[in-house]
Amino acid sequence: MKTVNEMLAADSSHKEWIPLLELATREVFEMMLGCKLAQPEIAVDGSFDITAMVGLAGQMCGVLTVRCAAKSATHMASKILGMAPAEGSQDVLDALGEICNMVAGNFKNKVAGMGDGCMLSVPTVITGNDYSLHSLADSGALEVRLLFESMPIAITLQIHS
Amino acid sequence: MNSIRALIIDDSSVMRKIVERSLRQAGIELTQVFEAGNGAEALGVLKETQVDLILCDINMPVMDGLEFIKQLPGVANAKGVPVVMITTEGSESHVVQALSCGARGYIRKPFTPEQVREQVMPFLGGKA
Repeated sequence: MKTVNEMLAADSSHKEWIPLLELATREVFEMMLGCKLAQPEIAVDGSFDITAMVGLAGQMCGVLTVRCAAKSATHMASKILGMAPAEGSQDVLDALGEICNMVAGNFKNKVAGMGDGCMLSVPTVITGNDYSLHSLADSGALEVRLLFESMPIAITLQIHS
Repeated sequence: MNSIRALIIDDSSVMRKIVERSLRQAGIELTQVFEAGNGAEALGVLKETQVDLILCDINMPVMDGLEFIKQLPGVANAKGVPVVMITTEGSESHVVQALSCGARGYIRKPFTPEQVREQVMPFLGGKA
């Protein structure tokens, strides 16, 4: 199995990590929220008005984001907390941040040699969609789109090697 | 069957709620749940009260989880209380480090209630 450094050096696009990113996301939703994410049958585009992001630093630098609609985030929070928080409440934002954190952690633990060499930042959550995100990524973003209870979510990893 | 008193330590209040819910989903009856946002706060809680189980994150501000468990032997109320780490830091070296510092168990996020039960129940004896 290649180490993370070998993989970073060999392929700047890192497309081989897309299945790991998808698996890491699916596991978080199945284990923590008790629901299976579906694969969209057609290209899905959604109105994503909440973005959670976690930075990665160390052997791999970059940012992982989870984007979804406010309604989806509220539903995710109700699933993971076992209660019904108000849309846009602190609990909803914090829950989405924790979900993003767990996806990032689960992903890095699936990449050989990354567990020890990559640190995660605390999550940040942005509400609204009128923003542009610039990171020092030097390769194309890896993106996975899935359906959470028929609502689209996007998980994106931008890497700066 | 007796209920237990748990101390949950995590800098995220939402994660503390998630961990408490997972304990209940795992079938562990909780009499009382105490919360702390970091290791230093948790040491303060333990000066005032006794608990049967401690669940602790690793990466926290002020005092992290590893430093917290290193300081536990000096806390009278913590004698013999099992500490189970719950963290996203799931590499083998993190597990070894936590166990060598005194943790009795280690749960990687994400986790299921069944995994929580497997890690926690052996240390509760007949209490839960």
